[in-house]
Amino acid sequence: MKSKLKLLLNSVAVFAALLAMWQGIIWAFAVPSYMLPSPWVVAKTFAMRLPDLWASTMISAEAAVGGLLASIVVGVLIALVFARSRWIRTMFYPYTILLQTVPIVAIAPLILMWVGQGILSVGVVAFIICLAPIIANTTQGLVSVDENLVQLFLMHNASQGQILRKLRLPHSLPYLFVGVRISSGIAVIGAITGELFAGSGQVGRGGIGYSILYAQTQVQTDYLFALVIAATVLGFTLFFAVMFFEWLALHHWHESAAESRADG
Amino acid sequence: MTTVPEVLFKGVSKRFAANAAPVLDGIDMSIERGEFVSIVGPSGCGKSTLLKLVAGLSACTSGEIAVNGMQPKNAREMVSFVFQDATLLPWRTVERNVALALELEGRTRDETAAAVAKLLELVGLAEVGKSYPRQLSGGMKMRVSIARALATRPRVLLMDEPFAALDEMTRDRMNEELLRLRGEQNWTVLFVTHSVAEAVFLSSRVVVLAPHPGRVAHEVVVDLPYPRTGETRESEAFDALVNKTSKLLREAYRG
Ligand SMILES: Nc1ncnc2c1ncn2[C@@H]1O[C@H](COP(=O)(O)OP(=O)(O)O)[C@@H](O)[C@H]1O
Ligand SMILES: [Mg+2]
Repeated sequence: MKSKLKLLLNSVAVFAALLAMWQGIIWAFAVPSYMLPSPWVVAKTFAMRLPDLWASTMISAEAAVGGLLASIVVGVLIALVFARSRWIRTMFYPYTILLQTVPIVAIAPLILMWVGQGILSVGVVAFIICLAPIIANTTQGLVSVDENLVQLFLMHNASQGQILRKLRLPHSLPYLFVGVRISSGIAVIGAITGELFAGSGQVGRGGIGYSILYAQTQVQTDYLFALVIAATVLGFTLFFAVMFFEWLALHHWHESAAESRADG
Repeated sequence: MTTVPEVLFKGVSKRFAANAAPVLDGIDMSIERGEFVSIVGPSGCGKSTLLKLVAGLSACTSGEIAVNGMQPKNAREMVSFVFQDATLLPWRTVERNVALALELEGRTRDETAAAVAKLLELVGLAEVGKSYPRQLSGGMKMRVSIARALATRPRVLLMDEPFAALDEMTRDRMNEELLRLRGEQNWTVLFVTHSVAEAVFLSSRVVVLAPHPGRVAHEVVVDLPYPRTGETRESEAFDALVNKTSKLLREAYRG
């Protein structure tokens, strides 16, 4: 408990030092506000334009969460197919790696062209960027089941459906969560990237990405900073929401999700 | 009419690929109902493979195995398997782990509840039914694994080094308990182990396998009376049998 408090105090101290440095640079080099607004100005803008920020964040959140959920559904289905045969796996696995290495900014315009402007295509960009970690981790979970356990199920004349439901799926749940955790971090990046290409709209009606573009053209550097903060908070929130669900689902039985009791 | 052996091996050979060397070759052996047969032999000589053949999890390349006169695949309902690792499902409580086999056979939770409670009582785990496997010690996990195997009321129990991962004290205690349970339920046991002392203590007969290919090198009849206790281990007769079996095992190693 004491060490946790100390850790918190240390983080706060680091944060304060960074703010002081930021302010110090502005004073020392007389940086104009349109290049680098002071922490105080950013804070004020953040507070004053909270309704706009909130609206933008909600739009981005919708696309990010939608893309993430879709990637979980589709990713698990693909993993189930991959887990069925080594043959399919070796044939198609390289393409999931490709999915991970293709720069999303390069394909976002294509997606917008095919799917059309709007939140759907933004969600699709988030979906694509989220997909690979889900597929990779869930497949890993489905195929890493202890062979002896499979044999135990077979000994008791279990059907393939029973082996899937009672063995492979629960076994792969912690693996799926590893994938979802990774994807939750990048879902927001996907959504904002999508929005950067998503064309026109008004501030307050577009997501964070669109608002960033708008603030840039208007040289509202303070608002740009506020948007960066909003995006960061959104990413964190999503990540911790996933952690919470992970804890909920796994803490009874999984080592990583709970402190293990010493056994003798 | 002569009685049907519980497990009968007739010229059993096994190779995993057509051009590979056989893992098991020409195994002939008859195990009668109620016998406790241990199999000892160096690692890699095919002990696990042998048990899997009896369980019908893998097929003989030549020869045949009959379990109570039936093909192993059709006799699965009367056979249970206990692995070296407890192989429990970590997401299930102890109770639900024990219930697994019954559940796979289509029995409902209500039907299994009474049976599970009785089994936990039997292995001395009545208190931890609601715990998860990660909260248990190695010995307790193995008890759960045994309770799970007993749930389907098997006639034949196949055990593949079930106590190998336990410390010696726990292992000795588990050995005694296994014999106590067998006294109550009278299964036929095929038990694989690395430990000659364990084999002699438990068995009515010890089979020594020689490697490359795995074949029966010797059989030692253990004529120590049941029930066996801690005192059995201190008897001269026990020591003599352990020494004799160890010597045969060393000879089998050398080939
Ligand atoms: N599924 C399998 N496919 C190919 N080779 C196997 C398989 N299972 C076991 N073997 C081989 O058969 C031999 C005997 O293995 P095993 O029965 O596990 O020995 P033991 O249990 O006596 O240590 C080993 O050389 C092992 O590599
Ligand atoms: Mg083995």
